This record gives sequence, structure tokens and C-alpha cells, in this order.
Amino acid sequence: MSVDFIRVCRATLTKDLRLEWRSRDVINAMLFFALLVVVIFSFSFDPTAEESRHIAGGLIWVAFLFAAVVALNQTWARELRNDVLDAYRISPAPANALFLAKAIGNFLFVSILELLMTPLFVVFYNLRVLGSASSLALLAALGTWALVVNGTFFAAISLRTRSREIMLPLLLFPISIPAIIAMVNGTTAILTGEDSARFWLVLLGAYDVVFTTGSMLLFETVLHAE
Amino acid sequence: MNDSPEPAILLRGLSKQFGKFAALRRVTAEFSAGRLYCILGGNGAGKTTLLRTLAGLSRPTRGTVSLLGETDFRAASPKIGYMAHPSLLYDELSGMENLRYFACLYGIADEARCSDAIRAVALDPTLTRAVGQYSQGMRQRLSLARAFLNRPEMLLLDEPFSNVDLTSAQAMVRLLCDSRDAGKTIVVTTHQAALLDGSADEFVWMDAGAIVNRTKDWKLSAGSASELI
Repeated sequence: MSVDFIRVCRATLTKDLRLEWRSRDVINAMLFFALLVVVIFSFSFDPTAEESRHIAGGLIWVAFLFAAVVALNQTWARELRNDVLDAYRISPAPANALFLAKAIGNFLFVSILELLMTPLFVVFYNLRVLGSASSLALLAALGTWALVVNGTFFAAISLRTRSREIMLPLLLFPISIPAIIAMVNGTTAILTGEDSARFWLVLLGAYDVVFTTGSMLLFETVLHAE
Repeated sequence: MNDSPEPAILLRGLSKQFGKFAALRRVTAEFSAGRLYCILGGNGAGKTTLLRTLAGLSRPTRGTVSLLGETDFRAASPKIGYMAHPSLLYDELSGMENLRYFACLYGIADEARCSDAIRAVALDPTLTRAVGQYSQGMRQRLSLARAFLNRPEMLLLDEPFSNVDLTSAQAMVRLLCDSRDAGKTIVVTTHQAALLDGSADEFVWMDAGAIVNRTKDWKLSAGSASELI
């Protein structure tokens, strides 16, 4: 019996998607939260189209970041019910496969949220992309991965703490600052069409590689910590 | 030259400390292969901590554990089946979906293994109901099926009979005896020692984190430790 990394990763991802499809805990909570942020911000600022393009990058990513924290907390909470995580810990399955599956699952959940919320942003903030739409899509993908890979890792670290809902943002937000700066500046550059987003895309790509590698290497220690 | 076979479980000075509380105190013991051991003791005696340490879920503060000749838990884990007090199952998935997932974690591709394991505990593998809607007894039996899934050489079972009706508990005992007769080493913690009377090879008594007695018949120690039962 050899345990295949890809097979375990795929089975875990399928299982998580099935659990989410049946409960809809994550998607509902994220959507409701992001919707609130969009509506509250739109009433607070009431900007013109030109102003919107300059501030939308920040608003969009703040909404997605806060909403993602909801998903990230849920992803591990589900493994704590009935101590199911212990069944994984005692199995010979590689810890990295669990981490990667969780990160991909969170990436899918947050991407679905982004796809659903972007039209609302466009309507509420009267947005029109002046730069390259494909660059915006790439930036969104890299930015989302940066959020979820760190978030999945730090959510696992805060799993056994008493107030993990508070602990996660405390750990995640500071370490995400370089990624958030790149996401916000890159989005603003693309929306306004005034600047090239190339530097920010490269920065996000490098950030993703570093943190994905680090998380994959350290996750086994985190999983088996008492 | 020593011809005696290597014990399946070898504990040397095993201690587990939670802050100032000692859950296990210098436990030194040997458990032979192919036998059914029943661990008895009151609440807080250290039974669950001992089982969690054997399963690799809890690291000993001091001392060593050797399982099936391996001191590295990762090497022994494919040969161990563990059933905990909580079910270790996903409430939103059906029994078969749960076992299919856990089979994958052990590199088992054969789906028949999952349905066989479910049938062995007298459940129906075609049941599509989510585990969250199972009765407590059904959940316990499915949890036992999960522990059997990888055809382990050693089974560590924490309170397998709690919340299970007498008939089902007796069927579980028969299953454990068959497994023991097939050469598996089984360690069971329970408060229902009478269920294993005549089935267990040895009763191991724990108190305050230490093994205090080992007997062939649980009634022999029942007098001195009647408050435990």
C-alpha cells in the first residue's frame, strides 16, 4: 500500500467540496460579509467614477481579505468536529497533501466569491477597467493564492488556540502586508491604466512561491504539534 | 540467545505531563503480539492518554514507545488501527463516503474493502444517510469499521462499547476475538469489563497514570478496585 500524494490531495479536495456543497457554511458566510462591506463602503464614500478607480483596489481587497478570513477559519474548524483531524494525523498520508488540498479548496471558495462580487463592485462604484483585463485576472489569481496559502497555514497554527477566530487575523494580516500592497497598487494601476502592473505581478508571484514553499515544508510540524 | 518473540508493544519509563498534572507516570510494560488486552481504570487513570500515546497522537514527555518493532511512529502507523472516544468521522458524509476517504489516506484503492468493513460491523454500505443522522451506536460501529479499514496488525480502541446496545456490543466483542485469533494485537480501554470476560487475554489495571495490576480474570481485581467498575 503506497500513499500517493496526488490521490490524497484530490480525495481531500473532493471531500471538502462535497462538505461545502452540503453545508454551504463558507460560501454563505463569505458572501454575506463581502456584500455588507461593499454596501457600507459605497454609502460611506459615494465616489465619482474617476475617484472610484483610485480607491477601488483598496476597497476590493479589504472586502475579500476579511471575507477570506471567514472561509479560512471554517476550513479547519470542520476538521475539529469529532476530532477527524486525528484520523489524518495517525494515517501514513503526507501532511503536505492535506495542506495543498485545503489551500486549493480555499482558493476556489474565495475565487467564487470574487466572481460573484466583482459585478456588484462595478455597479456600486461605477467602475470600468482602463488597463488590461487579463492582467487584472492574473493579479486576482496571484493575490488570492497569496491570501489563502498564508491563511490556510496560519489557520492551522491557530487551530488549537482558545480564541482562534481572533488569532488568525493577528497572525495573517501582518505577514500579508507585502502581498496586500502589491494587490492594491497593482489593481489601482490596472483600473486607472496610468501605470504598468508588471512590478506588482512579479512581486506577488515571488511572494506566492516563497510562502507556498515555506508552508509546504513546515506544515507537517504544524499538523503534528500538540 | 533469547528466543522469545519481540513484544508488540514495549513501553519504557513512559511519562506524560500536562503542565503540573502527570497523566502517565513512568509506565514500563510489555504487551505480546496476537493477544487481546483490556485496560481498566477509573476516570483520569490515564487509559486514554496511554492509547493516544500509543497511536502517536500524544508525544511522551519522557520514556520510549516501541510498536511492532518500530520506535518511529510514522513507520508503524500503516499497521495500526485506532478508534477514539469521538467518532473521527465527518457528520455530513455517508458511511461509505467516509470510509472511501479514509481508505485513500492508507493508499487503499479497492472499494470492496470499505463495504466489507462496514458489513463486518453489521451496517449497510448502501445507506446514503449522513453519519450525523446515525444513532450513537451506529456511529460507534462505523468508527470501528474505520479502524479495521487498513487491516491493521494492531488495534487501539478507546471505549468502543460506550452507547452501544448489549447485542451490538457482544457482536463487536466477537469481531475483536476473531481478529485476535487472526493474529492481531488488540488493546481496548473500557468501563464495561464484563463484556470482555472470557474474551480478553489479560486485564490491565491503571490508577493515577500507572499500571497497578495485570490479571487474567477481571473479577480478581474487581474487589480491590470495585469503585472503578
